[in-house]
Amino acid sequence: MEDCKNLNIFTQESALRHLGSKLVAKRYVTQANKVKTPEDEAIDLLATTILAHVPVDEYNFPTTILAHVPVDEYNFRMKSIYLGVMVKRVIDAETDKKFLDDRDYYGNKRLELAGSLLSLMFEDVFKRFNWELKSIAEKTIPKIRATQFDVVKYMKSDLITKCLVFAISTGNWTIKRFRMERLGVTQVLSRLSYISALGMMTRVNSQFEKTRKVSGPRSLQPSQWGMLCPCDTPEGEACGLVKNLALTTHITTEINDYPLIRLANNSGVQDINMVSADKLHAQGTFMVFLNGNIIGVVENYKRLINIFRTMRRKGYISGYVSIYPSFLHKCIYICSDGGRLCRPYIIVQNSLPLVTDNHMVELEKGIRTFDDFLHDGLIEYLDVNEENDSFIACYERDVTEQTTHLEIAPFTLLGVCAGLIPYPHHNQSPRNTYQCAMGKQAMGTIGYNQKNRMDTLLYNLVYPQCPMVKTKTIELTNFDKLPAGQNATVAVMSYSGYDIEDALIINKASIDRGFGRCLVYKTSKCIMKRYANQTFDRIQGPVIDTVTNQPTWRHTVLDADGIGAPGELVQNKQVLVNKSVPTVSAIPGSTNTTVEYKDVPVGYKNTEPSYIEKVLISTNEEDSTLIKLLLRQTRRPEIGDKFSSRHGQKGVIGLVVEQEDMPFNEHGICPDIIMNPHGFPSRMTVGKLIELLAGKAGLVEGKFHYGTAFEGSKVHDLNEELTRNGFHYEGKDVFYSGITGEILEAYIFSGPVYYQKLKHMVQDKIHARARGPRAVLTRQPTEGRSRDGGLRLGEMERDCLIGYGASMMLVERLMVSSDQCDVDVCNKCGRLAYCGWCNSCKSSGQVSSITMPYASKLLLTELEAMNITARLTLTDYCQ
Amino acid sequence: MGVPPTVTLEEHKISKNVSRCPTVLDEHWTFKTFKKRCRIAIVRYEDYEIEFDFIGIHPAVANTFRRIMISEVPTVAIEKVHVLNNTSIMQDEVLTHRLGLIPLKADPKLFEFKAEVDAEPREQDTLEFELKVKCMYNKDSNKNSSLAEDMYINNYVYSKHIKWKPIGSQKDKFSEENLGPVHDDILITKMIPGQELDLKLFAIKSNGKDHAKFSPVATAFYRMLPEISLVKEVEGEAAERLQKCFSPGVIGLKKDNGRVIAVVNDARYDFSSRNVYRYDDLKDAVVMRKVQDHFIFTIESVGAIKPDDIFREAINILKDKCTSLLQELNSL
Repeated sequence: MEDCKNLNIFTQESALRHLGSKLVAKRYVTQANKVKTPEDEAIDLLATTILAHVPVDEYNFPTTILAHVPVDEYNFRMKSIYLGVMVKRVIDAETDKKFLDDRDYYGNKRLELAGSLLSLMFEDVFKRFNWELKSIAEKTIPKIRATQFDVVKYMKSDLITKCLVFAISTGNWTIKRFRMERLGVTQVLSRLSYISALGMMTRVNSQFEKTRKVSGPRSLQPSQWGMLCPCDTPEGEACGLVKNLALTTHITTEINDYPLIRLANNSGVQDINMVSADKLHAQGTFMVFLNGNIIGVVENYKRLINIFRTMRRKGYISGYVSIYPSFLHKCIYICSDGGRLCRPYIIVQNSLPLVTDNHMVELEKGIRTFDDFLHDGLIEYLDVNEENDSFIACYERDVTEQTTHLEIAPFTLLGVCAGLIPYPHHNQSPRNTYQCAMGKQAMGTIGYNQKNRMDTLLYNLVYPQCPMVKTKTIELTNFDKLPAGQNATVAVMSYSGYDIEDALIINKASIDRGFGRCLVYKTSKCIMKRYANQTFDRIQGPVIDTVTNQPTWRHTVLDADGIGAPGELVQNKQVLVNKSVPTVSAIPGSTNTTVEYKDVPVGYKNTEPSYIEKVLISTNEEDSTLIKLLLRQTRRPEIGDKFSSRHGQKGVIGLVVEQEDMPFNEHGICPDIIMNPHGFPSRMTVGKLIELLAGKAGLVEGKFHYGTAFEGSKVHDLNEELTRNGFHYEGKDVFYSGITGEILEAYIFSGPVYYQKLKHMVQDKIHARARGPRAVLTRQPTEGRSRDGGLRLGEMERDCLIGYGASMMLVERLMVSSDQCDVDVCNKCGRLAYCGWCNSCKSSGQVSSITMPYASKLLLTELEAMNITARLTLTDYCQ
Repeated sequence: MGVPPTVTLEEHKISKNVSRCPTVLDEHWTFKTFKKRCRIAIVRYEDYEIEFDFIGIHPAVANTFRRIMISEVPTVAIEKVHVLNNTSIMQDEVLTHRLGLIPLKADPKLFEFKAEVDAEPREQDTLEFELKVKCMYNKDSNKNSSLAEDMYINNYVYSKHIKWKPIGSQKDKFSEENLGPVHDDILITKMIPGQELDLKLFAIKSNGKDHAKFSPVATAFYRMLPEISLVKEVEGEAAERLQKCFSPGVIGLKKDNGRVIAVVNDARYDFSSRNVYRYDDLKDAVVMRKVQDHFIFTIESVGAIKPDDIFREAINILKDKCTSLLQELNSL
């Protein structure tokens, strides 16, 4: 008000004029908007940008008003009411903290799916296409031409395709209209294991910046219960920002809201434009919102909600429409927009769940499916907001008079990855999170098509097994049909000193019999290019040694066509494809010039040999020949290979022990793996102990036990089963030492535990160097395993040596073993001399020879090249 | 002789009892007394399995036999495979690994160890087999059947498909039924029509130290003889409970004047489940001990050698080792 008075604005017109003057003039003045006055511009702005989702014209719902609508039809009543509500909320929030909205609350969040992102992208590109076409047409049509203007000619037919393909292949989602610029929207689906693929498909990425240090968006939100998995999130910078969907979560897609408005109006909602201000705030009237828009007020809000819920259960309106009251705001919210999280619940009426035993029998027989339950109105989807308005019982025994819904199964609040963990509710929570990350690295079965795949990297287990202790999730996700791990008999005891820091002792006989054996597939690729000067890459057969009449060693695996033959064993440095590339000597235009070729073979580079599994010859998008070779290695576990149970307990093999050295029990069983008991107290993975017990009980009874979250076989029952079969009820057996033959003083907790072999293997990491290649520029040893590099004595290690005073050691590490170089220095001028001759003094009289790192010499010469002379002053060492 | 040395199974640990008389475990033990007490009694002898008692022996010696049986008694197993053709989906390495694990009937005594790994196969040290199978459509099958067994021929490759190929004079020395796989029905791989295997298999003699496939036993182990004594009289419901705490047949129920009393029938088949410690009232009623010099051996053969022969062979190997040690010592 004060501002208005100061600016001398008292009428609508003067206000508009003021706003218009603040507007930045449009850069491109086209004919259409040339005629507009600043007032019109301001009104346009008000209509289109301020509260854009509130329609200006009452019968023109979702679209923002268009510029061609005459000014006198601008109806700003809706907007002003909305603005009023906003101001009221702000004042409320200022006075009372409880009016503040929680922006981490999942009812206030929306997820973007592939469809909505693509449609956004398409809309943007389509508008650009139209705009470009329009501007061409506007330029061309006024000119007088012989032929008539044909708009089809100017349509860029591949613009939309190209833009979409570019966006999908790079993952860069740039939409200029919304100033949206996002990276990594599309990702390549990881097929490292079945679980990693599933886990990636349920992933939810947060828009929040990773670098900011805030706890709010990262911490567990109570409202994400049942919607997003509480366990499955990465550690480190993306912690809590990258999440995974729970098992039964459904994300809504947009639904047409016109029928909803009609239904609302028919159920007692009065149109907002017809209501007077005092009615708006009257006791007992509730404002009704539909997807954020005010559509009216209602007096009997309970009736409205009941009608909506009944209609939804009957199937007259979509099952994903949600309606809920907010008594704080005195509002009813109806939502039909896309991206809401929702999950199914059993409806409870009169303290009785609608799903009866009869229904379950029908489900078991296969007469009923889940969709039938939805269709018959026995189960409904609730979104986060409506869930908060419901009274949901976790178990049937908890149903009371007020109960409105019943949980289908509590274990569904976990996601796919966390669902693999047996007894997760007995574990310390971070352990489940660790397992969620590790389950994706486990080797096993990728899918039923794994033998036909040509991935760049693929890991398979030779003998994958279904876990002894299953969960319901495992069955629902078919992990038992595509498993990634093996049941190992584990003894929890100490053995030798090679089991410190979670290292595992493993039985050599088990390895011999195929435990942890894995197949590693890698693909080598090669493209045959064609060049502009009519030359092309070629492949030639193996080079035959003239003496032996056999192919040379490097070409032994090649077939007659010059490509490696399937089934052959390839050694390091052998050739897989004998390709040669034409040299650029051919002069264009000149005929009959013999093209010269340079050999560019595709070699095999690995210290361990591989077998060629198969060869694929195809063409790529540019129609050049593409050759792919699938190389296979079979690896048996060795010291340093990483294994993990399903409880975030990873460990490397510390020692491989002969079977006869392994302890054995009174049934003659000796363990596959010995695990040190120190892994338990601090980790508190009680679930692993129960898994072992359940697995053992399952073995003796000949069945699978369930370790499903919040349910699963009870420890007491497992004890009974073990006792019944003559085993100690706690799973602790008498063992004999395999080395001394004497009975072990302690009872050993032993039984089967599901172990996963993780993709980290020593063979891919082992690295050592004595001498080897050096970088050309600095003459220092190269860096990294792939270049056979040296191990760097870094700054901190250097500090240690300085602190210790080992100066000669420093000289040895930093110069002698690195880039030592003999340099001649002229004592007279202090410059570098060469071959005992100082070029600036033109004499060899005062030249002496010293050693220094080549990097220092390089610095001196580079400075010299920049016209800076560094002069060295030498003194005798003995002075 | 006196009381044999024992250990007691307590609730949370096994404690050793100090014997008041000389036992096999201390240095007062003489060869004479050893000879008097040492004894072997066969309890059970089935095709591939033997159970016998080895009494009056130091655990280290008993363990030595166990260890030798597992890792040093040689057998014959497939070691090298020449893959001439393999169009099945199973990878060459996996297939050969599976072939290696198939137990073979050949008597290892009739073969020599191979001098060098890459030496040419000789008839004294190598057995050659052939696995040549091709899967085809079964033309005269029941048309209505969609079972793989009916539709195809040789879609399952079994160990019975392995055929012996004599080298040199082996034909005269051995007969076909004494060689080849122990079991005919070991599934090697599955195929569909059009796939075939053509492999040459070479079996050599080696021992379990080299690879578990050469181990003649599925497992060989022993346990100490259990000794169970009831210290208190247990009757009625508690007696039945007590019976369930042990393996079947260990505790019997005796009717005495209408009372049901628990008695120890046969402690031998108790597998140390120690479930009495679950009940506070039964805890003190039973003392479970194990005789330290009485071993119940079980040898489960994979089928190549008879279980008793494995044990005999183990004794011979130990004997050889001792003599060579003595020789070495004497030559010092």
